[in-house]
Amino acid sequence: MIGSLDARVPDGPLADKWTQHKFDMKLVNPANKRKFDVIVVGTGLAGASAAASMGELGYNVKAFTFHDSPRRAHSIAAQGGINAAKNYTNDGDSVYRLFYDTIKGGDYRSREANTYRLAEVSVNIIDQCVAQGVPFGREYGGLLANRSFGGAQVSRTFFARGQTGQQLLIGAYQSLMRQVDAGSVDLYTRTEMLELVVEDGKAVGIITRDLVTGEIESHSAHAVVLATGGYGNVYYLSTNAMNCNVTAAWRAHKKGALFANPCYTQIHPTCIPASDEFQSKLTLMSESLRNDGRIWVPRKKDEDRLAKDIPEEERYYYLEEKYPAFGNLVPRDVASRNALTVVNEGHGVGPLKNGVFLDFATAIERDGADSIKEKYGNLFEMYERITGENPYERPMRIYPATHYTMGGLWVDYELQSNVPGLFVTGEANFSDHGANRLGASALMQGLADGYFVLPNTISNYLSDLLGSTALSTDHQAFTDAKADVANRTQKWLDVGGTKSPDYFHRELGKLVTEGIGMSRTKEGLEATVKAIPKLRKEFETDVRVLGNAEGLNSSLEKVGRIADFFELGELMARDALAREESCGGHFRQENQTPEGEALRDDVNFKHVAAWEYTGVDNDPIRHVEELNFETVKLSQRSYK
Amino acid sequence: MESTINITLEVWRQAGPDAEGRLVKYEANNIAEDMSFLEMLDVVNENLIAEGEVPIEFESDCREGICGTCGVMVNGKAHGPEKATATCQLHMRKFNDGDHLVVEPFRAASFPIIKDLAVDRAPLDNIIAAGGFIGVNTGAAPEANLIPVPKDASDMAMDAAACIGCGACVAACPNSAGQLFTSAKIQHLNLLPQGQSQRWARTEAMIETMEEYFGSCTNHGECHEACPKEVSLDFIAYTNRDYVKSKIKNRKLGGQ
Repeated sequence: MIGSLDARVPDGPLADKWTQHKFDMKLVNPANKRKFDVIVVGTGLAGASAAASMGELGYNVKAFTFHDSPRRAHSIAAQGGINAAKNYTNDGDSVYRLFYDTIKGGDYRSREANTYRLAEVSVNIIDQCVAQGVPFGREYGGLLANRSFGGAQVSRTFFARGQTGQQLLIGAYQSLMRQVDAGSVDLYTRTEMLELVVEDGKAVGIITRDLVTGEIESHSAHAVVLATGGYGNVYYLSTNAMNCNVTAAWRAHKKGALFANPCYTQIHPTCIPASDEFQSKLTLMSESLRNDGRIWVPRKKDEDRLAKDIPEEERYYYLEEKYPAFGNLVPRDVASRNALTVVNEGHGVGPLKNGVFLDFATAIERDGADSIKEKYGNLFEMYERITGENPYERPMRIYPATHYTMGGLWVDYELQSNVPGLFVTGEANFSDHGANRLGASALMQGLADGYFVLPNTISNYLSDLLGSTALSTDHQAFTDAKADVANRTQKWLDVGGTKSPDYFHRELGKLVTEGIGMSRTKEGLEATVKAIPKLRKEFETDVRVLGNAEGLNSSLEKVGRIADFFELGELMARDALAREESCGGHFRQENQTPEGEALRDDVNFKHVAAWEYTGVDNDPIRHVEELNFETVKLSQRSYK
Repeated sequence: MESTINITLEVWRQAGPDAEGRLVKYEANNIAEDMSFLEMLDVVNENLIAEGEVPIEFESDCREGICGTCGVMVNGKAHGPEKATATCQLHMRKFNDGDHLVVEPFRAASFPIIKDLAVDRAPLDNIIAAGGFIGVNTGAAPEANLIPVPKDASDMAMDAAACIGCGACVAACPNSAGQLFTSAKIQHLNLLPQGQSQRWARTEAMIETMEEYFGSCTNHGECHEACPKEVSLDFIAYTNRDYVKSKIKNRKLGGQ
């Protein structure tokens, strides 16, 4: 059994832990590396960087993506930037400050040692990316430019226009393709992982489905790395790409890997509101817009007048009124929750009354339209393309949307899950952001894990396996797992129900949004814990999947992913119910200060909750990893 | 408040790579103008599933115009009629009630059809594997600010690097040439100081890999017209220059 959770954080002063640990770890010598096979699932920032780096080191790497090319992974859509403690702007930044901002921004619910290491290697990431040819923004002198970002008082964010994620991913992807060409990485595109194979308690391989031919295949290795992203699509509408899913992580969870803090989800305040029932996803507008835009709603409920016809005294600038010090620049969770409140009170704007105004009229009057265009031209254009409204003439409409998930598979300091041989990197793990992630930190974590942490720590596991060959795919562990996958796939085609997979995904999304959204209550969560399995049973007996399993069939791909979202959604509700405090993105209405701010309970909940799977209709077991803060002092966040 | 339109679609249906394909007519009624083109196809598919018909396969992922997964021909135009717009960012308000739209997969011999509107664009990855990188191993990089890069060079490299690899340039080209994609990828790296060591080897290897798959460029410029990121034709000119030079430089460098 699992017992108490040990993150195996090295001893010693915080700043020395990583250096000391790298020395203490067992190594695999260069000639022996080629004797090890490593599977990497996912080719976004965390996966492509890990696969490329391990290929360079000499391991035999197999990299898997369900996309047609590694470069499509959703890391590509990140806009704003990547943090690094370079202190190029001479404004007092340091590794310690980046660490401190990250841990505070996460509302003191992340592991100190992991977060410190993240800040420490952040500087190496920038060096690596520049050497790869990532065209970061530069000053006229030819050196790198920085911008400021939410949750920090220094300028430490590196950016490539509004396409930082794209450029970083292209860098990692090109490094990966170099290793593919060199023969050290075998790349499997359009191949989806549908099962983790565990033998004798260790991860030994995966079962995949070739999405073009439908063939189900076994792949064996000494270690398996999951870099499969977050689970925001459980909400149906999110800023995630259409195909983002939890399946790889969930399959590992069902094979014994603990799932940590699933209720920690981040809702981004500035997205374009949904326009109709068939909206397929939400589009993020960069947070930087809040620097010049003023957020307001009409004071009158169910207002039908256009924004321009509403006089100043009838406008409710709710963030400026409630938070005079930070105003429109309060952190993401605060901005999101307040938008929810005013919309629920009936102040929403737009055809569906589901948004708030983000108004640039004051900024345009002050700085001129040209100046605003220079700063935000591409965003204004994107907004107009999607909504058909001109934001220079009328205020934008925005509303919060799920954007990132801080929870994920539990990992120790070495990024290894509780299943030996299973490593988890990037958004798919839970480790570095606590209950809330700061802007420009997701890209940092993906690349820190993939370039600098995992390629080091994995040798500590592999060195003990020297001399052993990877398990044969003829072994019963593989043949059984393969048969499971084949049966499950066929099962969906045999249901023969009446409603499409998307119908059930939308209905699940409504339950999750309602119950486990920006503001949560005991009653709501209890109802959600019951409602999700009820809908799941309907889904299992009434979904209609057409076509066959022998070729490309996106309905069939979708239905399996939705099935996993159902089980995850239920676990999220349980986790949110058990955590009777408010922290970061997890806001329980019962736990708030008299001013309506999040109220942590450091006595009872200063820990990670990691859930053990016990069967689909059984209650999962909640394990706890106590968080020990040796360096930072816990305090209440205040933005008044 | 919301206005809707009715559209007649003719969509290419092909059950598999070797199956015979044909255009099939569908009525898309009561389509909200605020929907994207792909959301309109989602609605058509929901209706098909309700009627027990296999839905239309088409690819998309981010639906924000950055991942490059989506792409179909709409009335013969790659990504449809709107300039500088990927299919996922095309909205129905750009069409009129009663419009007749022919929807086909990206057309090129090097992009074989997998099913319906989904094609295989793997040759684009092969071009990158041939040399579309700067060969630095993880950990070996020098301090980032050691090499100043003139802002103009950096900005121009970024213009090239903005390519989303969707393949519209190939689909739009009468020769099915891959010149705009390949040139954008080459110039992103060739324009930067970090990319100089492998400049000539990269250019020769990528161009010659490209030629294994794609037709020849005859400067029609259709690629630029179709490109959702408006990648400039200038990069093709720079690449042609670099390719000619590479033929001499690669041999001279080897002889040194």
